[in-house]
Amino acid sequence: MDIAAPIVLEVKDLHAYLYTRWGVVRAVDGVSFALREGETLGLVGESGCGKTMTGLSVLRLLPEPAGRIVQGQVLLEGEDLVTKSEAEMRRVRGRRISMILQDPQTSLNPVFTIGDQLVEALRMLHVDGKPALAHRAEEALRRVKVAAPEQRMRAYPHQMSGGMKQRVVGAIAVAGEPRVLIADEPTTALDVTIQLQYLALLKEMQARTRLAMLFITHDFGIVARMCDRVAVMYAGRIVESGPTRALFRAPRHPYTEALMASVPRMEASVERLPSIEGQPPSLHDLPIGCRFAPRCRYADDRCRHEYPPTLPVGVAHEAACWRVEPSPPSR
Amino acid sequence: MLESRAIAAEPLIRVENLTKHFPVTRGLLIARTTGQVKAVDGVSFTIGRQETLGLVGESGCGKTTTSRLLLRLERPTAGRVLLEGRDVHALTGADLSQYHTRVQAVFQDPWSSLNPRLRVRDTIAEALVVNRRVSKSGRLERVEEVLHQVGLPLAAASRYPHEFSGGQRQRIALASALASDPELIVLDEPVSALDVSIRAQIMNLLKDLQARQQLSYLLVAHNLATVRYIAHRTAVMYLGRIVEHADTESLYRSPLHPYTKALFAAALPADPDAPRDDMILSGEVPSPIDPPSGCHFHPRCPFAMEQCSRVEPLLKAVTPEHVVACHLY
Repeated sequence: MDIAAPIVLEVKDLHAYLYTRWGVVRAVDGVSFALREGETLGLVGESGCGKTMTGLSVLRLLPEPAGRIVQGQVLLEGEDLVTKSEAEMRRVRGRRISMILQDPQTSLNPVFTIGDQLVEALRMLHVDGKPALAHRAEEALRRVKVAAPEQRMRAYPHQMSGGMKQRVVGAIAVAGEPRVLIADEPTTALDVTIQLQYLALLKEMQARTRLAMLFITHDFGIVARMCDRVAVMYAGRIVESGPTRALFRAPRHPYTEALMASVPRMEASVERLPSIEGQPPSLHDLPIGCRFAPRCRYADDRCRHEYPPTLPVGVAHEAACWRVEPSPPSR
Repeated sequence: MLESRAIAAEPLIRVENLTKHFPVTRGLLIARTTGQVKAVDGVSFTIGRQETLGLVGESGCGKTTTSRLLLRLERPTAGRVLLEGRDVHALTGADLSQYHTRVQAVFQDPWSSLNPRLRVRDTIAEALVVNRRVSKSGRLERVEEVLHQVGLPLAAASRYPHEFSGGQRQRIALASALASDPELIVLDEPVSALDVSIRAQIMNLLKDLQARQQLSYLLVAHNLATVRYIAHRTAVMYLGRIVEHADTESLYRSPLHPYTKALFAAALPADPDAPRDDMILSGEVPSPIDPPSGCHFHPRCPFAMEQCSRVEPLLKAVTPEHVVACHLY
């Protein structure tokens, strides 16, 4: 990671709510982070913690009409995306920020060939004749290491394996040479040996154009492998963030600590896993104090009544917990 | 073949040369069989009492079909599944309904495995009504008993599945599997649909129940860490065949088969400083319709030799507890 690299994407105090029949769901409730050129930031958390909603808010793709960004800024190279019109956003998506979703099956249109879909994406970016576009599409497939790209151009999505389809999705995502790539659990639907191939490919694509990557996942193994920094989300907020190694070596938020301890390891056998009792709070009925307090074994009265401030606990390492001893930012 | 430690005489489950081929057909009205998907291709193993056998492998390796054959949800093309020496696919009448009380299952997705229109108590009691003739009061008593065993409040009995979270639903599924007091529970990806913080709760519950109720498990899972935590012995499958089979400790400490090694290397440890002995396999799992000759793994194997494409390697005991099907050994 390069501390001096320029910040490409900065999210400041983002609040994105869903207005539903059952009440307001505070899916993203005050999230801030910055992403530098060539850097990978892992956004980790369980389902319903708001990590996907954060990714969708950045692209202004919240589900309509329920979803709304109610507060905060999304700065892409200094420009605020929250205030942009839909027409302006359309020029941002795919060219400056792209996204890869979990399930390649739903990202591709089943009734068009791979070639048609690549050409369609490329037509948004290049004014070119059809043969030239087809040539570019083949090149794009070759870059994501799809074997026999000439033949694959004529294939339909159902004729390809999950791993191959996700490569095509990747090819479409980086076709416009974006500055930021949001990868939302891109390998969850893939087998482990295919996952490793795909992660290596993402790293390669990143190195080629110094992409800034926001990697949304719940898998600590992927975080350890892919990410320079990590932000842990719980119930709509980032509870801890820091350099990957520091966070793994010395997690400072009780949630991070408990979550890491509860994951079984490949490399060692344990008699009994420490588990986190209870379950995450519902996002339309959040506790007033720290949101993890009902499940936290260290929680006291203050935790249950006041949300803790986010304090520095090390170099570029922050945690939102009443128990942490703040250390002066040494840098 | 590997024998389990826990038994004196006959193991609870003995699977012999189990094979399941699905025909591939073309044409609608006049269907012609054009090939066979060799989902399971000559698999043998045993499960002892109070023992957990883990079955791991990637999608399409046949692990789920194997578990469905054990559950009588599929009929084998060849081979047998023996429950205490009796072929489960030949059972009829009272023996068959007894089999259904002895062998139960918990599936991956607790959203689709519970009937949304039945109250929890009726879902749990269903297994009792169908398989064991018990009185109404006895039924309710049993429902309360199993709810308690899986750590759910008694009030849960009169509620519907949609009122519960994923982890709680998986507890309900487990309760209904336990109701008939089974000896074997087939667990097909029991925690992979659950959230990370809930998985440990359910895995610990499975371990506790095994000790308390003397249960045996067949655990089908793709997450290797989960299997290491729960299973006593582990079998690795590739394209319908078991390629390696050992007690879990020695398998994880020293995997022998190149596929097992690659599979284990692909599982990313949750540690940024872990050594990276990457063995990135090229290509993908070939189609089980027309699997490669000889050793199914040879086209992707970095150690493939000339004979690997010709001769199918047989399972060989490297130590009494560790068998592997590879020409390297």
